[in-house]
Amino acid sequence: MISSTDQFPPTKKPAETVSGVTVRLAGDSGDGMQLLGMQLTNTSALSGNDVATFPDFPAEIRAPRGTRAGVSGFQVQFASEEIFTPGDGLDALVTMNPAALVTNISDLKPGGILIANSDSFEAKDLKLAKLDTSPLDNGSTDQFRLIRVPMTKLTREAVKSTDISVKLADRCKNFFAMGLVFWLYGRDVEPTLRFIDAKFSKKPEIAEANMLALKAGWHFGETTEDFASTYQVSAADLKPGTYRSIMGNQALAWGLITAAKLSGKELFLGSYPITPASDVLHELSKHKNFGVRTFQAEDEIAAVCSAIGAAFGGSMAVTTSSGPGIALKGEGIGLGLMIELPFIVIDIQRGGPSTGLPTKTEQSDLLMVMHGRNGESPLPVIAARSPSDCFTVAIEAWRIASRFMVPVIILSDGYIANGSEPWKLPDVSTLPKIEIEHPVENGKPFLPYSRDQRLARPWAIPGTPGLMHRVGGLEKQDGTGNVSYDPENHQHMVETRARKVALIADEIDPLEVDGPVGGTLVLSWGGTYGACRTAVHTCQADGIKVAHAHCRWLNPFPKNLGDVLKQYDRVLIPELNTGQLRLLIRHLFLVDAIGLNKIQGKPFHVSEIVEKIKQTAR
Amino acid sequence: MSTELPVLKPADFASDQDVRWCPGCGDYSVLAQMKKVLAELGAAKENTVFISGIGCSSRFPYYMDTYGIHSIHGRAPAFATGLKSTRPELDVWLITGDGDALSIGGNHFMHVIRRNLDVNIILFNNSIYGLTKGQYSPTSSVGKVTKSTPRGSIDHPLNPISVAIAAEASFVARSIDVNVKHLVKMLLRAAEHRGTSFIEVYQNCNVFNDGQWDYMKDKETKDDNVLELEHGKPLIFGRGKKGIRLNGFEPEIVELENVAQDDLLFHDEKSANTQLAFLLSRFRYPEFPEPIGVFRCVARPTYDSEINAQVEEAISEYGEGDLTKLFSSGDTWTVS
Repeated sequence: MISSTDQFPPTKKPAETVSGVTVRLAGDSGDGMQLLGMQLTNTSALSGNDVATFPDFPAEIRAPRGTRAGVSGFQVQFASEEIFTPGDGLDALVTMNPAALVTNISDLKPGGILIANSDSFEAKDLKLAKLDTSPLDNGSTDQFRLIRVPMTKLTREAVKSTDISVKLADRCKNFFAMGLVFWLYGRDVEPTLRFIDAKFSKKPEIAEANMLALKAGWHFGETTEDFASTYQVSAADLKPGTYRSIMGNQALAWGLITAAKLSGKELFLGSYPITPASDVLHELSKHKNFGVRTFQAEDEIAAVCSAIGAAFGGSMAVTTSSGPGIALKGEGIGLGLMIELPFIVIDIQRGGPSTGLPTKTEQSDLLMVMHGRNGESPLPVIAARSPSDCFTVAIEAWRIASRFMVPVIILSDGYIANGSEPWKLPDVSTLPKIEIEHPVENGKPFLPYSRDQRLARPWAIPGTPGLMHRVGGLEKQDGTGNVSYDPENHQHMVETRARKVALIADEIDPLEVDGPVGGTLVLSWGGTYGACRTAVHTCQADGIKVAHAHCRWLNPFPKNLGDVLKQYDRVLIPELNTGQLRLLIRHLFLVDAIGLNKIQGKPFHVSEIVEKIKQTAR
Repeated sequence: MSTELPVLKPADFASDQDVRWCPGCGDYSVLAQMKKVLAELGAAKENTVFISGIGCSSRFPYYMDTYGIHSIHGRAPAFATGLKSTRPELDVWLITGDGDALSIGGNHFMHVIRRNLDVNIILFNNSIYGLTKGQYSPTSSVGKVTKSTPRGSIDHPLNPISVAIAAEASFVARSIDVNVKHLVKMLLRAAEHRGTSFIEVYQNCNVFNDGQWDYMKDKETKDDNVLELEHGKPLIFGRGKKGIRLNGFEPEIVELENVAQDDLLFHDEKSANTQLAFLLSRFRYPEFPEPIGVFRCVARPTYDSEINAQVEEAISEYGEGDLTKLFSSGDTWTVS
């Protein structure tokens, strides 16, 4: 272990205190920008800042080097106040090559810091980025504080003592950039040094080289005359407690494990790899000591069907996927609804249709999960609003699924899945238990489709003497569960299944409204929560009469939604689709809601929503 | 499987539902033999689960007074995988047909077999789509005229036994619906085997494909067309008058009066290699007699025991999962 204070002395330059900073790191897919971003996020969170991140990478594992298609970016906002988005305009942009610069420069604020690896702006690099002249010299970057850093050369020199090859030395560039960024914002290097030790424990020469590059970057900042001062972001005023940084998919996995524990169940996941959902499979497969069984199925259909099989056996069953996989699972989900077994279907949405934009975010599966099955097949749908919220949503979904004997769909998206934010660790002893009962023989004839006050049928599981029964996709006679083609019974069952889902509204939180009655209501769902909330607060501060409400449950809607909508002159629904919630709201409440619709694979900028609020308020 | 003496009779395994297969359907026989076998095994009704897909045979679970899932088309193996992975102590039977297992469910069929999930798969092969009223199936022969192939099928058929062996099956057998003694024997063998047991049952659809397997059943022809496999025994058929030997890599039929028994091909269901089982699966009427019996029976770890072993291993290595420890693993910070 290296002592950080000797090797990374605190700066002697003046430090300017700012309330928050938004930084984007951009380079080739192989440049290690995601790693750099995660380290910056982690150390910022550990220093007590509120943080929010937005990793943005291409679908190709290694797109051609130096091209615009291959640019991978990681944006992080860290602040001394509570924040809900990874930030709009960039205060600083680090670019490892010309392609990264041209594809990201438009987001840098005028006067913002532009750090460029000047060694990679040679003629061949410009050609790869389809540029005739260097943006460092052609005047296009004059409005920014351009800091040219010959990173390749300086990194090679820094790691010389380790005797590693030039190729390997060049791969340490991201640690040089990290050292410089860490210096600029007075970040603690200790967690990163620990990370290097752990990650490269079997390759000590690589660990050493990365540490040297990190140090060289740090010292470059201290020495160069380009930086007269550093920036200081104080700790945020978060609620007391112990925190960690958590990503959406990780929070989802941990929420599922927690829900299983709280209900005394063992967790079964049937899943097929798909971006951006695979990390839930990866995370859960690490925690088998919690009784978790993960099954990497042969396809999406097998994944959902295996989950139903596990649910039939009495386990807490889950299947995870993204849009294309959910489309394939449709028939299986319909069977789950018909045989009224509890399990969870998770859709981490991405850009569609078809293969679409695998690594980009979108909210375009709402109508598919609401209506994308054959027959009358309503199902409960709940959407996570942020990375840490995934934890709570997973528990709530299982509570409802097991109480009502119904599959529940959780919607997340690529932005939430890969984004991270601080998470206050819950006190496990205070988390409410999820009570689940399995019936046993009581001498009376067993009716597998008898119902309780929630219209839930009994969850009788194999191994229970006397309760043998058969379930299946053919229409059931209410009560006995026997196959029935009776016309009246079919109508009754269709209505019963719908009523059961509607009854869930009695057990979910009412819609909360943040802001005054009258004027504009911004109604959001899912991952746009942070941008909508921030935009509404910004507008409220500007004296605009606007309020914000966020739908956590999309089916059923909170009972007071209709009443809330009536209290406003205008309803604005920003969505990362062409207006799917808007269609439901117009249909169900006859409200002529206004849309703000962005389908670019990217989350909203706060400013886009602010502008729309102002425009509609006029 | 329970070790107690059998206390249930075959009739005890019948549910209260009316059986709705066409009169004369081969499915009735399989249903009857299954009840017999469960009674003989001393199976507990509550620990037995039948899972099926879609098709005529897939109505089977409704007629058994056990737990059951009449699932969706072709996917029974996937439901079984979830159930057995979490409840390995249950006895799980999959009921499927040639369309269900080899067409729409071909993918799951292959994967459940390679994983060696400890379930028994009974494939009712009638070489026709019965429930949809008579289209050709993936086991129908080229030229087969059906409702959807008025000019004859141009699809080359799949051989279910060959497919199962290619998918690394640990137990493969074939029987015939009306050969009740043999069918019972095969069902018992399947139940006994740990891992995926696959039985292809030649089953007659008397409405849409009547007589498909007559050459295996008719008194006049069956002796020349049926080869009953027995482990460790030479391949002999035709009332003991004919045998099969290998000529290089090619099998050939020989008259036993000209050839010594020792020169015949001997069956070895336990062979670690699949060559012999595969070779036997290729015997097709009318060139060769078609084998019934156990083609292959080898021991291999089962998916359900392995997935549970990993959970046990993880618990003994890390201790039972502790949420507080999980949440605070890695870097944390405290705000006071």
